[in-house]
Amino acid sequence: MATTADNMNTEDGVRRRDWIHIAAVSFAGVGGASVLYPLVSQMAPTADVLAASTTDVDVSALEPGQSIKGVFRDQPLFVKRMTPEEIAEMQEVDLGGLRDAESLEQRLGEGNADILVQLGVCTHLGCVPLGAGEGEDKGEFDGYFCPCHGSHYDAAGRIRKGPAPTNLAVPEFAFQNENVIRIG
Amino acid sequence: MTIRLGGILFGLGITGVLLLWSLLPGALNFAFPTKPDYYAFQEKNIAPEGGFSFDGPLGTWDTQQLQRGYQVYKEVCSACHSLKFVAFRNLQEIGYTEAEVRAEAASWEVPGIDPKDGSVVKRPGLPTDMFPSPYANEVEARAFNNNALPPDLTLITKARNDGVHYVYSLMQGYNEVDPEDQAKSPDFETPAGLYFNEYFYNINIAMPPQLLDGIVTYSDGTEATEEQMAQDITAFLTWAGEPTLIKRKQTGWFVIGFLLFATFFGFMSYKTVWAGKKKKKGDVELV
Amino acid sequence: MSFAWANSYEPKNPFMVWMDEKLPLPRLVYNAIGAGYPVPRNLNYMWNFGVLAGFFLVFQIVTGIILAMHYAANTDVAFGQIEHIMRNVNYGWLMKYAHANGASFFFMVIYLHIFRGFYYSSYKAPREMIWLLGVVIFLLMMATAFMGYVLPWGQMSFWGAKVITGLFGAIPFIGEPLQVWLVGGYAPNNSTLNRFFSLHFLLPFVILGAVILHVWALHIPGSSNPTGVEVKKESDTVPFHPYYTAKDGWFLGLVLTLFAFVVFFAPNALGHAENWIEANPLSTPALIVPEWYFYPFYAILRAFTGDLTIPFTGIVLIEAKLLGVIAMFGSILLWFFLPWLDKSPVRSGSYRPMFRIFFWIFVIDMAALFYLGGAKAEEPYIVMSQIATAWYFLHFLVILPIVSQIEVPKALPFSITEAVLGKDEPAAQTAAEPAE
Repeated sequence: MATTADNMNTEDGVRRRDWIHIAAVSFAGVGGASVLYPLVSQMAPTADVLAASTTDVDVSALEPGQSIKGVFRDQPLFVKRMTPEEIAEMQEVDLGGLRDAESLEQRLGEGNADILVQLGVCTHLGCVPLGAGEGEDKGEFDGYFCPCHGSHYDAAGRIRKGPAPTNLAVPEFAFQNENVIRIG
Repeated sequence: MTIRLGGILFGLGITGVLLLWSLLPGALNFAFPTKPDYYAFQEKNIAPEGGFSFDGPLGTWDTQQLQRGYQVYKEVCSACHSLKFVAFRNLQEIGYTEAEVRAEAASWEVPGIDPKDGSVVKRPGLPTDMFPSPYANEVEARAFNNNALPPDLTLITKARNDGVHYVYSLMQGYNEVDPEDQAKSPDFETPAGLYFNEYFYNINIAMPPQLLDGIVTYSDGTEATEEQMAQDITAFLTWAGEPTLIKRKQTGWFVIGFLLFATFFGFMSYKTVWAGKKKKKGDVELV
Repeated sequence: MSFAWANSYEPKNPFMVWMDEKLPLPRLVYNAIGAGYPVPRNLNYMWNFGVLAGFFLVFQIVTGIILAMHYAANTDVAFGQIEHIMRNVNYGWLMKYAHANGASFFFMVIYLHIFRGFYYSSYKAPREMIWLLGVVIFLLMMATAFMGYVLPWGQMSFWGAKVITGLFGAIPFIGEPLQVWLVGGYAPNNSTLNRFFSLHFLLPFVILGAVILHVWALHIPGSSNPTGVEVKKESDTVPFHPYYTAKDGWFLGLVLTLFAFVVFFAPNALGHAENWIEANPLSTPALIVPEWYFYPFYAILRAFTGDLTIPFTGIVLIEAKLLGVIAMFGSILLWFFLPWLDKSPVRSGSYRPMFRIFFWIFVIDMAALFYLGGAKAEEPYIVMSQIATAWYFLHFLVILPIVSQIEVPKALPFSITEAVLGKDEPAAQTAAEPAE
């Protein structure tokens, strides 16, 4: 058999030989694995998507009770000037009874009396809740109502009834000046 | 057998003769060429002394130079040339801070829509906007430029052979006509409205000389000579054409290094596997 | 099939035993490219390119699917999408350059694989079917590569598409309607781009199917070898694994190093600058040439500048344009007949002194065609490509048949074992017979 020649140097050669094969196969394995990194990361958001991450909204013409529907990161954005009655009512809500306890002040942010900024995305499965437009169904808590699976939010966008797990998301935002909010 | 072979060869022979016959006109054309004399352009581009910082496998960007080049583009080139695949946000890659980019973008006017009535207006640029085109469309661009179309500059250093050096040479190619060449082709003259440039493929280019000494005042105090500006704008356009150039080369070193090691171990493994299967001097096959 | 002495797959792990009963895929792999496939022990490095070609096919499919995730086949945006991939997509620049240069390397490897076949007559019985399938794969590759080059919608993409689809216009009677049908218009347009994208996505999987048939057909007679003497006994062969997996593995590393060098340091060296200019149907580039891997056939196409006439009568038999098209397609279709044009009983060029001289002349001829296909359409290149084209056809149609008849081959070694070790023990010379 031709393999005899192999056997001849088995006694003293076995360690070195195994080491070489393991090294070669490991290199191939590490190489193959590292190729996966670009293959996977190419599906992550592209640079232009990541860069398009701020939206400016002018709230100067917004009357109490009115909402502006905007777009933020390809998703609907609700910017609403709350009425004094709503503010008063929302401040009285007992936080202990809420599924996702958040006070109105927490949702508005510091130095912001009445502009409620939130994403118009139901936290259940992502439909756009009704309530921001004139004459839309505001749900049982006079805020927002998602018709897909019946989630009811109050005027501060807090979940009160239905399958949604959390309140409507409040994106990061800051006042550029009295009238302009920059979101993101 | 012989008859069949003969038949095949006869048929192939006829085909061969006919094919060769059809090739005859070309051969005649070769024997009696009719090639006109014309004024030839410089095919060999020039390079700056010492080369560019991004040249070679170890090259890097010189961000100071890229920023000067950007200034040249903004103050000179952008009057006629678009840069449509580059966004203002990309300027962060050549050393501007986020705030500077925001301010820089706002200093450009880009087409926008009035949110109140939907009419087309000019608005200050945002970092996410692309560099605006100086003309609304190709017809307008041609109308303003004696029917020549100023090309988009994003990919200019890749879209010409030896493009980096081509741009550098072209910017400095507005020289005098060589009297010897002129004598060889006496009919040669530069038509009105065009400019003699020996690095342009048909010698006469529609673009007037641009980089006149001192046409820009560099904010970093560098003296704005024609040569300096040509270098800077070339560097900037090289970056604009391929912002990933340096990252690509750096990744390349790493990948090639890894592959060399892997190949070495693969080769040693191969040698070990085959030891005993190859014939060696004085080898005795023990079967 | 296999040789009688082939290792047989005996799984020990209970899961693999179970798997072998239900779906013997590991067994298939073991017998196809594992220890169960006995391969001649004397293969040289020219036999590495088959595995490499398989690697690059898979590589192109993987990078291609990724690029397709970011590309849009619409003439308004296609060029910009390439820039989007180059600038915005994570590692998009790497995918784009790897795919573009991967095509070049795929063809490089395939040409070496084909020339291995030419020199060692791998097309001869009993391996004709492997060769025929190989030619089919090559034709499919050409179609795929051509359509892929159209997708970036640069100047060369557009004009390449226009020129190559124009070839079909040369066919008598049905040519023009056929051309309009292929393009879906009067010049390459949005419909053309869309159908090319669709087909460019489809064809690689057709190639993959053809490759599976190619490898299947290979396993019936087993691999050829540099002596051209068939395997006779066990000492003539080694198991594919680990012997040739190790050899192919390290050689793949070497080729990938070269590939990485091109991708990372000279990614545009094999392309054309004009393709970084967006397609413009109103302006033709100064020099339209295809990608380098089509140069020889493009040279043959352009060589025909005169109509084929009946000598001294002026009656045109075939117009120059059609003649060029026929010659170009004919130059590859010719390969289908190769097993029957070269009837020499000796396979390997190493034992055929006269054939070997003509083989190397043919290599020079092909090198000339490679050069001429990329040259300007002016003298002296036209006449040179005419001579090279004439020689190309002479080689296959006249020289090969004649040489195989009149040549006196050198003495062949008795066996592969003898060729490797310089001797073979006499006992085996009468005993061993090929298993099938």
